[in-house]
Amino acid sequence: MESERQRPLVQMLGITKSFASVRANRGIDFDVFAGEVHTLLGENGAGKSTLMNILNGLYQPDAGSIRVKGRECRFSSPREAIAAGIGMVHQHFMLVPVLTVWENLVMGLPGLKAVLPKRDVIRKIGELSDRYGLDVEPEAQVWQLSVGEQQRVEILKMLYRNAEVLVLDEPTSVLTPQEVRRLFDTIRQMTAEGHGVVFISHKLDEVMEISDRITILRSGEVVETLPGRMATREMLAEKMVGRKIVFAVDKAVLNPGDTVLEAEGICALNDRGLPAIRNLSLSIREGEILGIAGIAGNGQKELCEALTGLRPIHFGRVLLRGKDMTGRKPMDFLQAGVSYIPADRKGTGLVGAMNLRENFALKNFWRKPYARGPFLSWESIAGETGRIVERFGVSAPGLGIPVRNLSGGNQQRLMLGRELSGTPDLIVAMQPTWGLDVGATEFVRDQLLRQRERGAAVLLVSEDLEEVLALSDRLAVIHKGEIMGMVEDPRSASEEELGLMMAGIRREPAIEGEKAR
Amino acid sequence: MEILVPILSAAIRSGTPILYATLGEILTEKAGVLNLGLEGLMLLGAFSGFTVTMVTGNPWVGLAAAFCVGMAVSALHAFLCVTMGANQVVSGLAITMFGTGMSALLGKAYVGETIRGLGILPVPLLAKIPLLGPVLFNHDPLVYLSYVLVGLACWFISSTRWGLTLRAVGENPRAVDAAGLSVVRLRYAYTMVGGGLAALGGAYLSVVYTQMWVEMMTAGRGWIAVALVIFGIWNPLRAALGSYLFGGVGALQLRIQAAGTTIPAPLLLMLPYILTIVVLVGISVRKGKGILLGAPAALGQPFHREERD
Repeated sequence: MESERQRPLVQMLGITKSFASVRANRGIDFDVFAGEVHTLLGENGAGKSTLMNILNGLYQPDAGSIRVKGRECRFSSPREAIAAGIGMVHQHFMLVPVLTVWENLVMGLPGLKAVLPKRDVIRKIGELSDRYGLDVEPEAQVWQLSVGEQQRVEILKMLYRNAEVLVLDEPTSVLTPQEVRRLFDTIRQMTAEGHGVVFISHKLDEVMEISDRITILRSGEVVETLPGRMATREMLAEKMVGRKIVFAVDKAVLNPGDTVLEAEGICALNDRGLPAIRNLSLSIREGEILGIAGIAGNGQKELCEALTGLRPIHFGRVLLRGKDMTGRKPMDFLQAGVSYIPADRKGTGLVGAMNLRENFALKNFWRKPYARGPFLSWESIAGETGRIVERFGVSAPGLGIPVRNLSGGNQQRLMLGRELSGTPDLIVAMQPTWGLDVGATEFVRDQLLRQRERGAAVLLVSEDLEEVLALSDRLAVIHKGEIMGMVEDPRSASEEELGLMMAGIRREPAIEGEKAR
Repeated sequence: MEILVPILSAAIRSGTPILYATLGEILTEKAGVLNLGLEGLMLLGAFSGFTVTMVTGNPWVGLAAAFCVGMAVSALHAFLCVTMGANQVVSGLAITMFGTGMSALLGKAYVGETIRGLGILPVPLLAKIPLLGPVLFNHDPLVYLSYVLVGLACWFISSTRWGLTLRAVGENPRAVDAAGLSVVRLRYAYTMVGGGLAALGGAYLSVVYTQMWVEMMTAGRGWIAVALVIFGIWNPLRAALGSYLFGGVGALQLRIQAAGTTIPAPLLLMLPYILTIVVLVGISVRKGKGILLGAPAALGQPFHREERD
């Protein structure tokens, strides 16, 4: 046993990988021993996922080697990686929603019987579930499961294939705090049984709790590998970002003004025609940020679209400054001073093939001075786009280049600048910092706070609990399209309580309070 | 009841070519590839089945040749859509135009020729069952083969490991890729088998049903099959019912004409196509009301692995 512990299960040496012009990994060394949790820490774009996709056989490295238990390996596909005992749980689950849990588990399994051996499979799932505390209903279809349950299916899939090393890519980003604790129990059970776990994250508290060793990546290179018990929050953050980070958000004390937006018992459907928003009520006042916390896919997108006129409302009313806007067109909302920062900036937000000026014009073509009768005034459009580029620090080689050539952070700065340029009354922002590096994140948050100080009403939807807690004046938790509870003072809210609401357990007294107000 | 027997029996016979094409398209679409080339594939199948039968004198060889031609031409579709990531609608339409033109050009010399194709072969015992016997078991062997294929396809898709990967690759190819299977190979295989079946459906028209070759003889049956895949929500059994329904409308229309009605023939000829439109509208209305339909989620989308998001 002791000698086994001295030899790593997996060893990666000098891994280098480039995509087009981006060097995603440069000479990275990384190893995992049996019975340990080795964390990969780094910002978005630091190269964590690329490194793990190489280990998993999805990408081939340009240089470097992989050794499994001392033997040199080359994986040209995930199948070879899993055959060597390396299993990956991707951030975006690799599950087929219309198949059942057990069907997903055995899909593509080498050596599977021609006629699916359903009963044997379900029995083996039962055994694994008991051993690692991963219970799921084997005959449920995956689309019916919660995100946390789907993650358990992914982990089971790897254990079913006898994976010795499990790579968990950002596993906690989709979980409630309670589910995170449960996942950690499973991880500890796996290491106790001799598995090696690679844990990928950028959440410092979790990393410090679960890691035996931590390797920090920055712009594709290893900054340092250190034992988990030696780490402090500040130290990790500094090494991850490359400079000192201030964690506190500077927020002025404000007295909210008149009510800007009121939603009264609204109901809306999702794209598949199923109820996504159920009898939801909320209100936002001037100079106030209302945060919406919740796990992805609980109606956040539909709510944002319903409140900006992009999605029809089937019941209930939406009022802007007391005026009934129910059933009005998106353009009416736009003209009433509603801005929308959608989560998919490349889809709903910007048109990749159009240049900066054109993307600015998309949301401003109807108003003066950008419109002159039926024509566009490209001079004033270019002038304002130039001012946005300057004020919001968009780094772009010119106003005439397609926005798809900009980095995610710069796209977000441009979209933010466009949406805030008309001094909107109401700003609906969905996941505005998703996928951004620390600098851009700070900038976006700061801009939202400034809008609040200016007197705008802000609806901030985010799956990042830390973010909504830090920025919001009030916080609502959404679950399956309903508000589970309203927290009047987010800073005093307990994570425990929020987690319960995110999992769908209603907080009654606050609802009463909201009604009374 | 007795007067229904010939109509139902005719419904099955005229529904069979559509059924083969529909079955083929179900397999192709389950794998995530949309093949709008059915009409062209059926025409190529009808032509090659006819000529090979004429040359060899053996209808089975003709049918096999049609199947192979269908596989070969749909391999081209697979190359364009799977390997090159081309637009599947455009590629499919190109195949239809290619098949229509090519079969007309090569077939010119064969118009008016006749062959001895497959004849009726009643199933012993089963054909004697009252009503059911003459309706279901008094046909040519290709009809019986289609019964077997429908059952086989249902079982294959729902209960075998290959069926499982077929369902998965049309829903989430990334999951199939992550499981270590080749998305490309699967999509080629099912596109080619699907194309082969479509061509076999076409060959049924020339080798069995009419036993002659006429330019454009499929008369839009390929398009009806595309609609029937949706009507049958990608389920072979429902596709069979749909095919016989359409076959029945076609057969009924002939009988009404033969009975000497005052309704103009072109209007009657339109019936199956009007039904297609009605069915598609009906399904789309239901879709709007939120009923989950079985369209494979990744249908029509090319798959590339090294794409970063």
